[in-house]
Amino acid sequence: MTAVAWGRKFAIVAGLPAVLVAVWWFATAGSTSVYWPPLSTVLETFGPTWLEGRLASDVLPSLLRLAAGYALALALGTALGTVIGSWPKVRALTEPALEFFRAIPPPVLVPIFILFAGIGDGMKILVIMVGSVWPILLNTVEGVRSIDEVLRDTARCYRFRRRTRLIQLVLRGASPRIVTGARQALSIAIILMVISEMFAATNGLGFSIVQFQRSFAIPQMWSGIILLGLIGVALSLIFRACEARILAWYQGQRAAQR
Amino acid sequence: MSVVTSARAPRLGARRGVPDSVLGLAGLAGVAVLFELVPRVGLVDERYLPPASVTAAALAELVSDAAFWQALTSTLLGWALGLAIATVAGVVLGIVIGSVPALRAATNSTIEFLRPIPSVALIPLAVLLFGADLRSTLILVVYASFWQVLVQVLYGVADVDPVARDTARSYRFSAVSQVRTVIWPTALPYVMTGFRLAAAVALILEITGELIIGSPGLGNAIATAQSSGAVATMYALVVVTGLLGVGVNVLVRRTERRVLRWHPSVRREVAA
Repeated sequence: MTAVAWGRKFAIVAGLPAVLVAVWWFATAGSTSVYWPPLSTVLETFGPTWLEGRLASDVLPSLLRLAAGYALALALGTALGTVIGSWPKVRALTEPALEFFRAIPPPVLVPIFILFAGIGDGMKILVIMVGSVWPILLNTVEGVRSIDEVLRDTARCYRFRRRTRLIQLVLRGASPRIVTGARQALSIAIILMVISEMFAATNGLGFSIVQFQRSFAIPQMWSGIILLGLIGVALSLIFRACEARILAWYQGQRAAQR
Repeated sequence: MSVVTSARAPRLGARRGVPDSVLGLAGLAGVAVLFELVPRVGLVDERYLPPASVTAAALAELVSDAAFWQALTSTLLGWALGLAIATVAGVVLGIVIGSVPALRAATNSTIEFLRPIPSVALIPLAVLLFGADLRSTLILVVYASFWQVLVQVLYGVADVDPVARDTARSYRFSAVSQVRTVIWPTALPYVMTGFRLAAAVALILEITGELIIGSPGLGNAIATAQSSGAVATMYALVVVTGLLGVGVNVLVRRTERRVLRWHPSVRREVAA
């Protein structure tokens, strides 16, 4: 019975994806179209294209830039957000300006930062950081501001030390909102990683894919698109695992309240 | 709920003195002054960051330029068209998938897989298929904003009160009137949330497409200004995209409040 149940569950999860891949496989099987090469060809080129050399020369630098920019955005966003959120006056003073900066579509930062920092790693990390910091910053402000006043007073009555209060009350209390902001920031950061390389670069995932497209290496281009998709999925899975860990207390609390 | 309101009341009282809106304007003015002074005193090279007054002059020049208005119109049209397609597709598919449990279970893993694929991965494919055309950018916009709407609609349909649903079924409501009277009112707040997220994402992808692919619009104008060294014009265009973003946010929020004016969450805000 359990084997049957497991089988059913597996069929539900894997059924549609299997069908879609099969449709793709057979629809393109005999394809002679330049733009839609057979899936088998794409998969054959995947290994030679990416696993032999490009992994270290293109994929890794992209991911490292993404990690550096995103980590900086997280640190800066939470730190500034905590400061701004703790003082209502500061918040009132800065909020319209911050809303304006947040509303600027992040990709237009690429041409600006090229002026300042050339087309090197620094520019890309800077673009990723500046582009993805806003959702984190504004959500942190909102999270810090909406911490329960009773909890705040309790912490004060018990004379929590500054450090304890910051970590246990303020950051903890704001963490659900910070995580929401971090999730939005992650997808922006991935977009910016690719865009900054497509616009101007000498290596990287986005750069390689555009090179393939311009030199009409279509199966390689398709394999790059697939790789980019897989990276997106993998990063979202990692994010979800981190979220489950960090917000375990919060999910538990919500489940209990229901 | 009462905890929240009682907690906020004293803070509102304590904030009397300078009103928040004045402080906010002061903040904006401060940013403008900062952007004027930093290049003037030489902290940053003027060729890279022109003073705010120079950018403002470039902006004034843009406003009298017909090409600018053309670019702005193409950006807005592309954004609106992409958003409309994504919203309609997301709502229709979301309601169909959400109200059939078997369909929902079968598509779940696929949606979770396709959603995080960055839409910019489609840029080379779009360029191959359509070139530097409006349609290339439209694909990006639709793909990115579609998931925002779809996922929210799915949440909304899952949130329907089972008693209401069973009642409608017992009275043999037709499928259409079930959707109209039971599912739609519950899902509407979620639809609006999805629409709000999608509107912001659509603008980002519209500008991105124009910037990278070169389809007509503000993004393309920014790329042209950058490569021809018209730095002040480039900054002026960036300011315009920011204003556009703020405008989109305000507009969408207004629409949300208007559409949901019957909904308790909005009514409570007004009463408070």
